Amino acid sequence: MGANWMQFVAGGLTAGAVYALVALGFSIVYHASRAINFAQGEFVMIGGMGAVSLVALGLPLWAAVPLAVAGAMLVGLLVQRLALEPAQAGGQADVVTLIIITIGVALFLRGLAQLVWDKGIHSLPAFTGSEPMHLGGATVMPQSLWVLGGSAVAVLALGWFFGRTLLGKAMRATAINPLAARLMGISTRGVMRLSFVLAAALGALGGVLTAPITLTSYDVGVMLGLKGFAAAILGGLGSFGGAVAGGLLLGLIEGLGAGFVSSAYKDVIAFVVILAVLFFLPGGLVGARGSERV
Amino acid sequence: MPAAASVSDRRATAAGERGGVPARAPQLALLAAVLALLPLGFANNYFYEVAILVALNAIVCIGLNLLIGYAGQISLGHAAFYALGGYGSAIAATRWGWPVWLSLPAAVVAMGLLAWAVGRPTLRLKGHTLAMATLGLGVIVSIVLVNEDRLTGGPDGMTVPPLVVAGRALQGEPTWYAIVAVVLWLAVWLAGNLIDSPVGRALRALHGSEVAAQTLGVDSARWKLRIFVISAVFAATAGALTAHYAGFITPAKASFLHSVELVIMVVFGGMASIWGAVVGAAVLTLLPQLLTVLKDYEMMVFGAVLVATMVFFPRGIVPTLARLVAKD
Amino acid sequence: MAGSMLSVAGLSKRFGGLKAIDNLSFEVAPGTVHAIIGPNGAGKTTLLNLLTGIYRPDQGRIMLAGHDVTGQPTHRWAAAGLGRTFQNLQIFFNMSALENVMAGRHLRERCELLPSLLRTPSQARAEAACRAQAAALMQRVGLGAYLGARADSMPYGALKRLEIARALALEPQVLLLDEPAAGLNHTEAREIDALIRELAHGGMTVVLVEHNMRLVMEVSDRVLVLDRGARLAEGTPAEVARDERVIEAYLGAAESAEPADA
Repeated sequence: MGANWMQFVAGGLTAGAVYALVALGFSIVYHASRAINFAQGEFVMIGGMGAVSLVALGLPLWAAVPLAVAGAMLVGLLVQRLALEPAQAGGQADVVTLIIITIGVALFLRGLAQLVWDKGIHSLPAFTGSEPMHLGGATVMPQSLWVLGGSAVAVLALGWFFGRTLLGKAMRATAINPLAARLMGISTRGVMRLSFVLAAALGALGGVLTAPITLTSYDVGVMLGLKGFAAAILGGLGSFGGAVAGGLLLGLIEGLGAGFVSSAYKDVIAFVVILAVLFFLPGGLVGARGSERV
Repeated sequence: MPAAASVSDRRATAAGERGGVPARAPQLALLAAVLALLPLGFANNYFYEVAILVALNAIVCIGLNLLIGYAGQISLGHAAFYALGGYGSAIAATRWGWPVWLSLPAAVVAMGLLAWAVGRPTLRLKGHTLAMATLGLGVIVSIVLVNEDRLTGGPDGMTVPPLVVAGRALQGEPTWYAIVAVVLWLAVWLAGNLIDSPVGRALRALHGSEVAAQTLGVDSARWKLRIFVISAVFAATAGALTAHYAGFITPAKASFLHSVELVIMVVFGGMASIWGAVVGAAVLTLLPQLLTVLKDYEMMVFGAVLVATMVFFPRGIVPTLARLVAKD
Repeated sequence: MAGSMLSVAGLSKRFGGLKAIDNLSFEVAPGTVHAIIGPNGAGKTTLLNLLTGIYRPDQGRIMLAGHDVTGQPTHRWAAAGLGRTFQNLQIFFNMSALENVMAGRHLRERCELLPSLLRTPSQARAEAACRAQAAALMQRVGLGAYLGARADSMPYGALKRLEIARALALEPQVLLLDEPAAGLNHTEAREIDALIRELAHGGMTVVLVEHNMRLVMEVSDRVLVLDRGARLAEGTPAEVARDERVIEAYLGAAESAEPADA
């Protein structure tokens, strides 16, 4: 029983780490544009499927993974430049309009993925082999450690970037007060583009890290995007710490729910918990910002 | 002084309903004429089928538009009401032996009650949290429908008996076209009446500024709940009719993707516009039909069309066109 | 206590560690214009939000026309007879100017679901009457030129008056005006001034939060000075203008570069 418990926790945290990355992607774009990027899940898909393709072309894993992530980052930049900037050009773009555009982008990317790749399920070789390890009574795949470790590194890097670098601080400034930031010489457009590139990177990273475990396909982005969004709201939209906490918590609840209650209903359990949290803490765990000044 | 006031009163009333927008009666008459005459252009049953689907989607969208466009709320789980309307009627008819002319309205009423129960706590949330809550509720319904296969037939869905009224089974495309055309006209009529009434103003006030609306005495919790229930009733009606028309229903009808589709139709056509809801439903129901010729490119092209339309018609089709026309 | 239109006793509100309103009491007699002034941060808008149910007081009681409205949700305050305008315009930009004012008639109209859905003949007649009343109100505040206009195409000064018309549509017993002259030029401010005086002459009880001292002095019957959430002085405009503590609070706040004592 104890061993099972650890097993579910380990599995849950692994999934949770991916949700956290996706949730961070949502939070970063929301921070910059107040819009929800429904294409976030597709970046995960591009990362995973891209890596699969590159490996199939003969590239070694250590080259395919960064290239896939870089490819996703390029896609993110193009999405912002080609799909969103024209809408934002006329001054204040309505958030709802931007959201629908990202939905269109998501459909476009998924449709493109269908053609470039196929509708089948693919897997990526594990980074350091697939010999299960025994840690604390649980059987853990080495890839899980890669997921957790890789996510942790990404989160720390992000924290350093936003907290310590000038560019990161500039991005935070733009989110808080776009006009003032512009008056200080910060390019809002540049910030927007960088946000998308970062969000794509995070999503794609999640995709390549988890592909060896959960496999990947052209439509893997839908559910992952949905769960990443749920995690971001759970933690408090716009809060980076909240996104990470939300992601890990969501994964944990899912893992424990699947293990102890029912695998079929694990998503229901997770959503019920999220709803319960939201009803009592509408701002999410960490608390989203924003109140009306009258 | 009084003379000047009455002149401007007359001018204000003459200017029509909202700053120059034409009154509803001629629009309703036009709609009735179009609905009546449209079948003359139908070459075969396929045209009827598509028209029926458009009308059913339009009914959902009119209700959803009241919630999103007028009252300014959001629901990313409305497909659940739609599907449960269908499943409710199907289950009552097949498993409990109810006659369809009873099970259908009963299912719609049940959805209204469900919306009332669920809406009370949910509508206290705002913005993205509300979106997430409705999304979560929709997904929960969707998963339950897939898994409770003894009741619902599981992922493959269940068959739905035909609509039988006064001993006659209502089947066949032309009959169903007549049914949904009437229901659609009623939906447009009811929604229009609502918008132009004190209730409609209260809702739009809530959207404009919830705080200010409250200082005018609008009980925001109560009205948000009522409009949520109304939009659920519209969705359930359309869902139940679809189920009995198609003879079949699957859990996919309750999916998150379907909920998103409905929201897209509303926004695409134009929020806070009943005609926008109809146009949005029409275009986004017809478009995939037209794009099937492109086979594998369908999803891509659909996505591209969506992006392009929102870039060039940021307020949705109908309001943007209306503004262009007004400027002339 | 008896006979006052608005009566506040022992009102307190804190936000975290900050006491925004501190044991405040005052009364507003019917048919008078009662101004509330004070340096920035004195708590004027907090007080207004407390007076319209947007914030709940931690302590104290508020009576409106003899009814205890303390702690009631905002929409009940309107029913009790309180109308309000906002410092940051809360106009319904998604509606026309006329519809904004018609929305103000919410409590006076029969706002029921079924008659509205079916548009019964009596409903249709009520609509026409509502429209006429709203148009008359717009005329009254001098917005006759904007009867057919959309709210989002009106100039700032006109919108300020539109908010007043909308609040008047409620047929309130007390009208709370939150900086009605803010952002207005000299001419527009004088028009608001005249409007307020006209309303007061008509018997309306007005509570006015304002920075514009000239407006306050010309229009008010009584002035309440707030400083750091507490009552600093109260009296006629002349009395308050001479009060040393008031002068010090304003001049002190303007002159000193250091923060006030904790």
